[in-house]
Amino acid sequence: MSILVIAEHDNAVLKAATLNAVTAAAQLGDDIHVLVAGHGCAAVAQATAQVAGVKKVLVADASHYANQLAENVAALVVGLAGGYSHILAPATAAGKNMLPRVAAFLDVAQISDIIKVESADTFVRPIYAGNVLATVRSSDPVKVITVRGTAFPGAAATGGSASVETVAPAADAGVSSFVGQQLTKSDRPELTAARIIISGGRGMGNGENFKLLEDVADKLGAAVGASRAAVDAGFVPNDYQVGQTGKVVAPELYIAVGISGAIQHLAGMKDSKVIAAINKDEEAPIFQVADYGLVADLFVAVPELSKELDKLKAAG
Amino acid sequence: MKILVAVKRVIDYNVKVRAKADGSGVETANVKMSMNPFDEIAVEEAVRLQEAGKAREIVAVSLGVAACQDTIRTALAMGADRGILVETDAELQPLAVAKLLKAIVEKEKPDLVILGKQAIDDDANQTGQMLAALLGWPQGTFASKVEVGDSAATVTREVDGGLETVALKLPALVSTDLRLNEPRFVKLPNIMKAKKKPLDVLKPADLGVDVTPRLATLKVQEPPKRQAGIKVDTVASLVDKLHKEAHVI
Repeated sequence: MSILVIAEHDNAVLKAATLNAVTAAAQLGDDIHVLVAGHGCAAVAQATAQVAGVKKVLVADASHYANQLAENVAALVVGLAGGYSHILAPATAAGKNMLPRVAAFLDVAQISDIIKVESADTFVRPIYAGNVLATVRSSDPVKVITVRGTAFPGAAATGGSASVETVAPAADAGVSSFVGQQLTKSDRPELTAARIIISGGRGMGNGENFKLLEDVADKLGAAVGASRAAVDAGFVPNDYQVGQTGKVVAPELYIAVGISGAIQHLAGMKDSKVIAAINKDEEAPIFQVADYGLVADLFVAVPELSKELDKLKAAG
Repeated sequence: MKILVAVKRVIDYNVKVRAKADGSGVETANVKMSMNPFDEIAVEEAVRLQEAGKAREIVAVSLGVAACQDTIRTALAMGADRGILVETDAELQPLAVAKLLKAIVEKEKPDLVILGKQAIDDDANQTGQMLAALLGWPQGTFASKVEVGDSAATVTREVDGGLETVALKLPALVSTDLRLNEPRFVKLPNIMKAKKKPLDVLKPADLGVDVTPRLATLKVQEPPKRQAGIKVDTVASLVDKLHKEAHVI
């Protein structure tokens, strides 16, 4: 049986989360097809054909796929579903939005946010903010799955040579339309792909103070993240949020600044390789998961950190 | 218009959840239960729409054990007008919940369904999307702003890169994200009033829905615990450790 992976992209660039999903797919079988649904997305299809392990790229190009409206993309996927044993999408905002519609149409359960493939029908997924891991077995004929990117290394973006096949678009459902978007502009790496992340919490005090973290981030080539408290307080936009219901990250180094460490935040970053924490409260729960903890006033420590990084760089 | 809100009874978000020693589930004995925080936001949004003169009636629905009546009463105390409990001791997975809600939607004919984007117990993030699909409705998931007109709703959604706005023909489904609103605290007089509001109890069989689970949970276990590391005294020492010991900078 073949496996279908839904590509995540913006009609110009294939998003890295797709590569993680391809790796999960490769643990289920080797006949991997990837669907690129979009508009004017030929470049994405070409990039997808290069991904190692992909056998076939299906391209559906229509204006009603331009903005990944769930109503339209799900209908397309359902039409293609016959012949696939598994349908996978990255557990990103787009994948989480669209794929449950596919599962419902197919009358099967969805297995959300898997972190491990045990066998073709058995998977491990976190529940209760990752405090518990559940091993679940699906009895459905088709397994509809979202994949947690941090749990699977990305497939190589090059080296593959898949065929590219055009598929007919499904009809526009006509019930929803895209109005606009306000995307956060940043030259820094994306949170879910960054090697280093520096995140701020309520302790940052205001949005202006995040400049302190941005300064350090730029010296480290890091992304800037935040706790829910900092986002709710309006210090930074929603897409900065790391946690149970925000983004899940697992960088090489996670620096938590002024973050107490609520379980909902830990759920989003506790799989980081190394965690450093700066907090003035020595009882803060973040120190229970930090490899390196510094009890200090962040407004003194972060500028000092910036200077120390300069020194490190100067020392080569 | 009429709004239907779905509310789930879950382990309170402050509880540190533990797996049972035999791996069969999580400890729920003597654990505080509350309304799923995202569903609280859903109820709040419905009540605000009613206060703004946009909604005529709010129906709060919950599915599960008899104690889910408490969750419905909380919604009623927040401002919902009446409740429906689909009572069962069976395990309900998102697809079954979506089917039960669909049956209720077909009876109640709301113009808008609002529910939380995910429940903080199973973290599935599926029910709203599945319900919308089964109804053939459009969906505005992960909503941070909802504007309702006569025949359409405009929903601003939290997405990975920022915010996105979609227009949905009514009837439509909205799933709530954290920034949509801040739910009110329930006042005592309202709790008293809520006790007198109507609450119907049904069974899944009354709705003709087969709720048999599709996923078998083979085991639950806690992930390996991360050990606390060391404390450093100075920023210089922190940088030194990250560079020479951890090799990450």
